[in-house]
Amino acid sequence: MITELGHFALILAFAIGILQMIVPMVGAHKGWRGWMAFAEPAATSQFILVSFAFAALTWAFVTSDFSLRLVYLNSHSAKPLIYKISGVWGNHEGSMLLWILILTLFGACAAWFGGYLPAPLRARVLAVQSAVTVAFYAFILFTSNPFLRLETPPFDGQDLNPLLQDPGLAFHPPFLYLGYVGLSMSFSFAVAALIEGKVDAAWGRWVRPWTLAAWLFLTIGIALGSWWAYYELGWGGFWFWDPVENASFMPWLLAAALLHSAVVVEKREALKSWTILLAILAFGFSLLGAFIVRSGVLTSVHAFANDPERGVYLLIILGIFLGGALTLYAARAGEMEAKGVFSTVSRESGIVLNNILLAVSAFVVFIGTIWPLFAEMIVGRTLSVGAPFFDAAFTPFFIAIAIALPLGSMLAWKRGSLSRVARPLRGVLLVSVALAALAYAIQSGNSAVGPVGVALGAWVVLGAVTDVWQRTGREGFGKRLARLRRLPRADWGKTVAHAGLGVTIFGVAAITAWQIEDIRVAEIGDRWAVGQFEVELRQIEQAQGPNYVTTLATMAVWKGDREVVVLTPEKRFYPVASMPTTEAAISNGILRDLYLVIGDPQVGGGYAVRTYIKPFANWIWGGAMFMALGGLISLSDRRLRVAAGARRPDAVPAE
Amino acid sequence: MSAVLQRCAAVAVALFLSGAAWAVQPGEMLDDPALEARAREISAGLRCPVCRNESIDESNATLSADLRLLVRERLVAGDTDQEVVDFVVSRYGEFVLLRPDASGANLVLWLAAPALLLIGLGIGWTTIRRRQPAKEEALSDAEKARLDEIMRS
Repeated sequence: MITELGHFALILAFAIGILQMIVPMVGAHKGWRGWMAFAEPAATSQFILVSFAFAALTWAFVTSDFSLRLVYLNSHSAKPLIYKISGVWGNHEGSMLLWILILTLFGACAAWFGGYLPAPLRARVLAVQSAVTVAFYAFILFTSNPFLRLETPPFDGQDLNPLLQDPGLAFHPPFLYLGYVGLSMSFSFAVAALIEGKVDAAWGRWVRPWTLAAWLFLTIGIALGSWWAYYELGWGGFWFWDPVENASFMPWLLAAALLHSAVVVEKREALKSWTILLAILAFGFSLLGAFIVRSGVLTSVHAFANDPERGVYLLIILGIFLGGALTLYAARAGEMEAKGVFSTVSRESGIVLNNILLAVSAFVVFIGTIWPLFAEMIVGRTLSVGAPFFDAAFTPFFIAIAIALPLGSMLAWKRGSLSRVARPLRGVLLVSVALAALAYAIQSGNSAVGPVGVALGAWVVLGAVTDVWQRTGREGFGKRLARLRRLPRADWGKTVAHAGLGVTIFGVAAITAWQIEDIRVAEIGDRWAVGQFEVELRQIEQAQGPNYVTTLATMAVWKGDREVVVLTPEKRFYPVASMPTTEAAISNGILRDLYLVIGDPQVGGGYAVRTYIKPFANWIWGGAMFMALGGLISLSDRRLRVAAGARRPDAVPAE
Repeated sequence: MSAVLQRCAAVAVALFLSGAAWAVQPGEMLDDPALEARAREISAGLRCPVCRNESIDESNATLSADLRLLVRERLVAGDTDQEVVDFVVSRYGEFVLLRPDASGANLVLWLAAPALLLIGLGIGWTTIRRRQPAKEEALSDAEKARLDEIMRS
């Protein structure tokens, strides 16, 4: 019954969505206030209805209602409650419903907090947002309906993929979707502005918080996914350049570019048409990602679309929205006259360089991801593009970004001077090079990756610190310190986010260059050296979990005579899914992670055991958290609050 | 679905097919550390032909284990790294190369981004130059004097 109500609520939301797509748009065109005002209650009720549908599906999972096809395929009565809940979005249909829930959430937020927007712009934004949502209602209802029943309900379900029975599933997809879908707001603002034919500083200010929010969620989502892969997959890889990862990375890069160019629109009324294009492309790449992930077109090269119907449908959605928006853009972009002029050396130029490099980086990821498809369809070559290509082709652009970042971020608006910026950075350069030399002297090999990573990381972090310090003027130390506390939050956000990027760059380089790996057969009681540690295999026992059996190893790690930690890596077997998983045991540290994996028993006795020392591993995700924190601090800036200007409606001339 | 979900699915499929063996096995490794390091390096660049998007170094499939042994056999026999890679490619086609060579149409793959960078920089440069503000005039002596006065007050 509840399931049917949920299904019905989803259909009702679909109907309201169609109305919200049309009525406010017509209202804005004709200047009818009543029609424009329809958008707000409509957006709110869409959100309430979809929330109800989502709750109904969750209820079916929690109560293990196996008459529902989706629950039968992806759940089991013995599964722990948390995985019954997170299992709602651990499958295609449920994750699509989550996607729609977040689309309507953003729409509702724009209705609730958009009181400061001119009525026609708000009506158009909400109409465009609803159009996107409608496309996905149709997609879920016609091709991926989560509410389908089975004629004869089975006694128990087939269980969720054991690898997904992890807290990672509870948090990673929701954050990722908040990011992906959040970019739909930037898209809606861009299309609404194109329809109105007006982009000004106010528009730049309005679109920025939404982009910032989407970007920071995407940052958290990607970092969580990378961390999850690191501890779950059993060899400590954190990034694989998999098409599906790339699908989330491309929108992230473009959203980062968009964040920066929107600043120029807001502060200087330049780069308007470029910013609009970026907003369209960023969401376009989100949709492309959805297509790549759900059609299976790229993961299996030999069969076009695992589920052709879904793939084709998503391709149509992508074509309509990206094609439509770009056509509109081609027709209208010429009208957007830049007001602010700036000289070749200026903050604006710095941001143009940032945008070019970020866009080209995104393009590298894009062409590498789709090249196997192109090569097979056009030249008939069956080939692969994997991590070694991306490492070689992507890294140079990101090194360029890291080198340019401190310089560009300190240039003055409108007309800057490189020599004035370079002066305070001289010391930073010196320290960075010295640290790199130190790293080179300490490390054992001749690899350049580690030292270069140290230099770039230090350059970016210290550059960000220098930047914020330079903003405090030229007076005495105490006065500058006092001024530091009064700096706008946006400045602090910028500093923290930039420093976070430096930390991540360092972490990636360090783990790549200095990881130690040891693979061996060990018997109980064996003790062996790995790096500066010794590892001892103490005991191996069989145990029973809630829905699995496990081989549990007890291993001690020693440093000299001191026992550092006792770890218990596991190898589990899930009987329902008939699938083994490896649960690595990790001792997290600031300077290094100890990462132990227990493998199969060997024919000649003993067990296969893997030991990894992963230096500075947590800096990778720590840096990402700093980036997200920086975004959050910026978002809390008075000037950027979503409702900024709500109390000063006169600041924005109404049409 | 998200990256990890897909990846997990891929791993799950590979596991299901192979019966759970995790990547490089202790028994496969060579005693000579230098040779073993070369073998790992080569394996990381070769794609497992039956997996989704994994190198034979990461993969758990039986075929990958066979290929890892093959790579090591060739190395022990005295092949150079390139000869080993060529040998595997001659058997399984260029599909196994995770880093496609820059021949023929693949030139587009390798050169498109650098070309785009040059185009982007060119467009950016000319646009900014064209919109250059007219040179602001320097202050006249009288204006400088007046400015000093203001600054002092």
